[in-house]
Amino acid sequence: MTYAIDGWFAISPQDGVHLIGTRCTGCGTVCFPPRRGSCPNPRCPGTDMEALPLPRRGRVWSYTNACYPPPEPYVAARPYEPVTLAAVELDEVGIVVLGQVKGLTVDQLEVGMELELTAGPLADGPLVWMWGRAS
Amino acid sequence: MSAVAVLGTGLHPWGKWGRPFLEYGVAAAREALRDAGLEWTDVQYVVGADTIRNGYPGFVSGASYARELGWNGARVASCYAACASGAQALDIARARILAGLCDVALVIGADASAKGFFRPVGGDRPDDPDWLRFRLLGATNPAYFALYARRRMALYGSTPADFAAVKVKNALAGSLNPMARYRKPVTAEEVLASPMVADPLRLMDICATSDGGAAVVLASESYARRRGTGFVRLAAVSTVTPVFPNTVLELPDFATDSTAAVPAPERPFRAAIAHAAYEEAGTGPEDLSLAEVYDLSTALELDWMEDIGLCPPGEADKLLRDGRTALGGSLPVNPSGGLASFGEAIPAQALAQLVELTNQLRGRAGSRQVPGARVALAANQGLFGHGSAIVATT
Repeated sequence: MTYAIDGWFAISPQDGVHLIGTRCTGCGTVCFPPRRGSCPNPRCPGTDMEALPLPRRGRVWSYTNACYPPPEPYVAARPYEPVTLAAVELDEVGIVVLGQVKGLTVDQLEVGMELELTAGPLADGPLVWMWGRAS
Repeated sequence: MSAVAVLGTGLHPWGKWGRPFLEYGVAAAREALRDAGLEWTDVQYVVGADTIRNGYPGFVSGASYARELGWNGARVASCYAACASGAQALDIARARILAGLCDVALVIGADASAKGFFRPVGGDRPDDPDWLRFRLLGATNPAYFALYARRRMALYGSTPADFAAVKVKNALAGSLNPMARYRKPVTAEEVLASPMVADPLRLMDICATSDGGAAVVLASESYARRRGTGFVRLAAVSTVTPVFPNTVLELPDFATDSTAAVPAPERPFRAAIAHAAYEEAGTGPEDLSLAEVYDLSTALELDWMEDIGLCPPGEADKLLRDGRTALGGSLPVNPSGGLASFGEAIPAQALAQLVELTNQLRGRAGSRQVPGARVALAANQGLFGHGSAIVATT
């Protein structure tokens, strides 16, 4: 399968889907999307970022949906079904990550609810990370 | 910090006129010059707030306006700072005046916008997060507004009825503003019956994209005094950036900064924008007669009220329900009608906020006049760490 973006998430048969972040070897700041070059911590001169898999679970910071087809370059399914989006606060690393939600509508979501990372296809085929029901 | 004088203001009415943006900007500029009692040839410095959706002339808007008004040899600058572009342009003009490098500056912003959702600038650009968020997630601007609104509901118990009450209040003020695009009062029932766009926000909770133009003539205080006409003082312009780690998910980002290594700062970004303006002006929220805040959505107006210090977090809904922020209340918020009545004409919007502040402080806001207005604040936030707050005083 093609990924919609390279290097932001990985799928492994053993561990499932996880986001790929970076950690500054100097101060320990973690980033998503993965970052090259300078550490975003203004007090850290570090430029060495190491890749690391991010925690697969987190709690919903907030959520919404797109009742109308988003404009290009999004490729909307036809017929269009509202896309659900959730911003999820990852365990341990203190980052909120936005993603589409697979298999849940806004009526089934709540702030604080636990979700787990999965992946699913965009309407034109390539895979993207998605939030799904925690197993 | 010394202030500069606001000598004149002008607006082209907001709408969906389908004309080139330069027409709106030039009309606003001529109105601002007329209001100031100055000629275009008196202007020593012209600053344009850019539009990114109208080709090359929009990227060099200062020069585009100068050429349209007739080359007069003035120095020129153009800048883009998303929704804060107008305030950034003000700041650039003000700095040159305060440095003693010029006495009179003209600041102009205008936009002509397409129908529907703002979309990224065209092309296949996977290195641009503003392009990628549409490609990978279909995350429009209203999606982010909706995330904030839902978060507010969860944290503070705000309801869609509270959000609708913001729209009702702003539509009523806008109905009294001849420059507003939407001039019809609305009912809460109409808001709550409008189509859902990004749950929990409905069509009438979300600001439209508009055409419009705004211009302001700034001058040194000594120049303004010599003219002896009285003037409003621009006492602060804050254009601070966020402080790491920013823990609010901002447009057009996929994620927040991490708090793993550094704790969150004392003030979140929006609050920090306003705080810097208060500090620079030597004022505080208790001094305000009115405020214009960036109601990209109805819910966001409530967030802003707390961010600019009108009340502690979670209490804005009560101020709203008590009528304190309506015209006639103790501290009107968005007496112009706000984005709810104007829609957003990006580079013009922060300037239009200053125009409303100036009209109020000069006592010429007509049926929207806040009695005895002395100190006023305007605040906004845009993409990529841009935001602004300005304080104006009598």
